[in-house]
Amino acid sequence: MNGYAGYILRINLTSGESKKEALSSEFVKKYIGGRGFAATILYDEVMPGTDPLGPDNKLIMASGPFAGVFLPAGAKTTFAAKSPASGGYGDSNIGGHLAAEMKYAGYDVIIFEGAAEKPVYVLIDDDRVEIRDAADLWGQGAIAVEQTLKKRLGDEFQIATIGPAGENLVYYACISHDIGRQAGRTGVGAVMGSKKIKAIAVRGTKTIPVADLVELTKIGTEMFATLNNSPELKVWQDYGLGSVPPWANSIGALPYRNFSSGHMEDISGLSGEAMRARITVSDKGCFACPMCTGKFSHDKKRNVFFEGPEYETTALIGGNCDIPNIEDVGYANYVCDEMGLDTISAGNAIGFAMECYEKGIITDKDTGGVQLKFGNVEAFARVAEMIARREGIGAILANGVRYAAGVWKQGSERFAIQIKGVEWSGYESRSAPANMLAYMTCDVGAHHNRAWAITYDIQKGREVFEGKAERVIELQHIRPVFDMLGTCRLQWVEMGLDLSYYARLFPAVTGIPYTWEDLLHVSERVWNLTRAFSARHIPGFGRAFDYPPPRFYEEKVPSGPTAGSVIPKEKLDAMLDEYYQRRGWGADGLPTKETLLRLDLPEVAKDFYGSGLHEAAITRE
Amino acid sequence: MRVVAENKRCSGCKLCQLTCAVKRFGENNPKKTGIKVWSEHFTTGFYRVDVCTQCGVCASVCPVGAIQEKDGVYHIDEDACIGCLACVEACLEKALFTHPEKTAPIKCIACGECVALCPRKALTLA
Repeated sequence: MNGYAGYILRINLTSGESKKEALSSEFVKKYIGGRGFAATILYDEVMPGTDPLGPDNKLIMASGPFAGVFLPAGAKTTFAAKSPASGGYGDSNIGGHLAAEMKYAGYDVIIFEGAAEKPVYVLIDDDRVEIRDAADLWGQGAIAVEQTLKKRLGDEFQIATIGPAGENLVYYACISHDIGRQAGRTGVGAVMGSKKIKAIAVRGTKTIPVADLVELTKIGTEMFATLNNSPELKVWQDYGLGSVPPWANSIGALPYRNFSSGHMEDISGLSGEAMRARITVSDKGCFACPMCTGKFSHDKKRNVFFEGPEYETTALIGGNCDIPNIEDVGYANYVCDEMGLDTISAGNAIGFAMECYEKGIITDKDTGGVQLKFGNVEAFARVAEMIARREGIGAILANGVRYAAGVWKQGSERFAIQIKGVEWSGYESRSAPANMLAYMTCDVGAHHNRAWAITYDIQKGREVFEGKAERVIELQHIRPVFDMLGTCRLQWVEMGLDLSYYARLFPAVTGIPYTWEDLLHVSERVWNLTRAFSARHIPGFGRAFDYPPPRFYEEKVPSGPTAGSVIPKEKLDAMLDEYYQRRGWGADGLPTKETLLRLDLPEVAKDFYGSGLHEAAITRE
Repeated sequence: MRVVAENKRCSGCKLCQLTCAVKRFGENNPKKTGIKVWSEHFTTGFYRVDVCTQCGVCASVCPVGAIQEKDGVYHIDEDACIGCLACVEACLEKALFTHPEKTAPIKCIACGECVALCPRKALTLA
């Protein structure tokens, strides 16, 4: 099957058995790959009422047709599962070399089912699949374990690991790979840990068949030449995402002190130049990517090596916890990476705890004596470790800020910066209505990946609401196409590679004569499918889950370039009304029967509307 | 003529490996390659690129004379090769690579295709 390895590998950790299933042409045409495959497998195979951390949840590892083939950055794997953080659909994608290697081994999707009794790691070496004892690895840091296995198995193996956070089922535990790449969001690391899988090691030697290698080589060469010769390339190769924090700060989007504002006075200690001068050792990139945004780094003060920090880590730790120097952010990054914690959620949750501590909502009694004030990096590191081990205050924060606010109360619910139980990522958006709506309606919770719309707000005007819902929907269809194809977006988003390249590539790689519109149609199908999954699994799911925290509609930004900004609830309501109407969803925020049938999801329509009633609330336990 | 790699510039993207396979073998398979990239971050801090320096040691140990020099570049005659892997053992650069689907190992023939595509200008033809 051109563009694909041609197989799904199912590994049952309870029985120890594995089996290969051939991909069908219908499946591929309907769901493309990556996130598309993950969404439909989860909808069909994980039933409402399933405990996300129990053996009946499934961890999906999905590559896509563009991964591992001759085009820029075909390097993205989607990890997906029912999320312990939201209780609904969760996914997170990861760069590096996994997506390519699993296809060379012969698999487009790997499904991990059941749970092992004792810690294991999974070894996949072309056709050989083994579940091996990991007693000697359990408890180790995520980076450390990868290095141990690289030495044991060889550097050709591509390895995904969890740290103590995943082992201890922290709701925002991540899956780590290639030193500094993570599948960070929605707690996919906790699902891996619940199956007692410490690591997944893959090596492959097979050829990926391509429909028209001559045409692919022609288009790919054009794309590589465009990127390699672009004057924009150098800033990415030199600074990775390090040029973004000062830009975000200048437009009032950098989260500061638990999203109390979007700006810090002096960001010079967090710039790309500061990073390069003070901590960068060398440049690292994902498979076939010219941008090499990874930076292998060294904090000389504590003598630790790690990869990073990139934008989100700098925003959520540097800005959000007010730790304004790059060495300290790097060190905090290192701690989170070894613990196997999503730096977005950790920076958000610890920032939340810092605000609670400074307000006296929690005290030294709660923190075990840790002076959890903004700016205290040692406190950050200590609490991050406590979270990973579910010790003391860590046991509360490990379940996320929505949970922690429910425990501490005293008004903290108003500034727990999350949606659907997933912590807000790196863009303060009270002055950016499209971006606010993007966060509200992102399918996995408060994440910017689906519709990063902030540049549209700047382009069209921050006070403008017209056209914003339409643009958010457009982006929510365009951007996830990349997640289905198994390739990175940044070559288009940041380097300006034309979208038409991706349309031309698809038939050259797969032989499937889809146009760009056909790909967008699949993307819309998958969008509705993940919404439907969450609706089936989360009691009462719908419109009420699409609102930001009260801070964002009650508090004006106090300072900085967007001082005075806030988006009142009535405007959020109006944006949601328009959004649902344009999507063909009801006022309750759920896809209508007509929309589901238009998108060829008749089984989903039956699940929700089969008996003529809106059954969504009733089918859930 | 040989390909020279500057390890400190390499970002590990392996486009060189993929290009080699596509141009030489007409296959999308970066494991069928005459150049390979390895991570050494926790020892040297960088990647290491293994590629033939055209030194000829392999030719001198080949028991059947399957490796011949032409214009300063050493080529393996795949039909003559018996797959004994003596050359792989002897190579000082670890730059002869085996692949399960091939009897003969693969080595760089200095065609320059990888050099042209490296996004880091980490490769040159000398």
